[in-house]
Amino acid sequence: MRIADFDLYKDMLMKQSGLTLSADKCYLLDSRLTPVAKKWDFASLDTMSVALRGMPDPALVKDIVEAMTTNETSFFRDGKPFELFKEVVLPYIAKSRSTQRSLRIWCAASSSGQEPYSLAITALENQHLIPGWKIEIVATDISDDILEIARKAEYSQFEVQRGLPIQLLTKYFEQNNENWKLKEEVRNMVKFQNFNLLNDMATLGLFDIILCRNVLIYFNEETKKEILIKMAKRIPSDGFLFLGGAETVLGISEDFTPMSDCRGLYVLREGNYDMEALEKSAAG
Amino acid sequence: MKFCLVVDDSRVVRKVARRIVEGLGFSCDEAEDGQKAYDACQGTMPDVILLDWNMPVMSGIEFLEKLREMDNGSGPKVIFCTTENDLGHIQRAMNSGADEYIMKPFDSEIIESKFVQVGLMEQAAE
Repeated sequence: MRIADFDLYKDMLMKQSGLTLSADKCYLLDSRLTPVAKKWDFASLDTMSVALRGMPDPALVKDIVEAMTTNETSFFRDGKPFELFKEVVLPYIAKSRSTQRSLRIWCAASSSGQEPYSLAITALENQHLIPGWKIEIVATDISDDILEIARKAEYSQFEVQRGLPIQLLTKYFEQNNENWKLKEEVRNMVKFQNFNLLNDMATLGLFDIILCRNVLIYFNEETKKEILIKMAKRIPSDGFLFLGGAETVLGISEDFTPMSDCRGLYVLREGNYDMEALEKSAAG
Repeated sequence: MKFCLVVDDSRVVRKVARRIVEGLGFSCDEAEDGQKAYDACQGTMPDVILLDWNMPVMSGIEFLEKLREMDNGSGPKVIFCTTENDLGHIQRAMNSGADEYIMKPFDSEIIESKFVQVGLMEQAAE
């Protein structure tokens, strides 16, 4: 790809989604946009680049942004955050919200749905902690196509074997030929909606827990800061944030601080936590 | 080093599986049917067994039932690895004492994911 074309996509992605495209991601443009070029009947990626320099069709621009922002995912991806959710966050919240008996969670880049559904399954598996509670999982993504896939909740044999124990497969899925579809009980716990992280988050309401894993890595410093500032306002003074295991708030957020010995789990620096209860649930 | 026994009547599948489990840091031996696997277990009890279902001489499910009756036979983690991909087979395997179940075709990611789930290895850091 020519440098001028790379810059064209780079600027477009920055403007439309805040996504930062570094030069080492050039291969991603090729692999992800070639199918888009094909879908739009361009002879090649180069031809599409030429067309984009004129008056680009907004629908084409949308397809490009969606193709570039779709992330890899799997059930219980990385394991650890779901352990922390089960062993630290849920027991704590079971106490701190015992009067309201409700729990709201936001998956801030839900992709094809495995993350929010993994949370829903974990909540169901731990119902003894939160019996009869109202649980709402809001899952957002910037791509309508991927949201459609997520709502359908039907996964290939390959997808259900990555990270999902067989007992949970047989318990919460129904077989549909070669595919496996999540049972209604799980699907109903998750509400999917289109949302761009650059937009006003106040419209989403408040959440006890936010998961924003492996998302910030795609943004530049400025945008990362902005997103974390906005997220800090979306959780109550004793809420939680999950980031990807390789991500950090160091130098980009004054609001959040990592919980010791809980990789990927963050609390509000100026928060109001029952530290004794929190440490007790963290110690297991 | 943990020891894995790959039981499958296809030489190609055994070879692929061996390469994957060795790549995960396990030593590996192969058996081409349930009877040969049973004989092997009387020598050395593996830490984990990757087990095909349909094989001549002795099927995977027969082998599993016999294994679980052996002294130390409850030790190995048994992961079925078969083209049988319906709920009925999965449930029968689990009821007979299997620890996990892989529906073929598989790749290294799936095997690693299952090894982590049955506690044979730690989740790799990101």
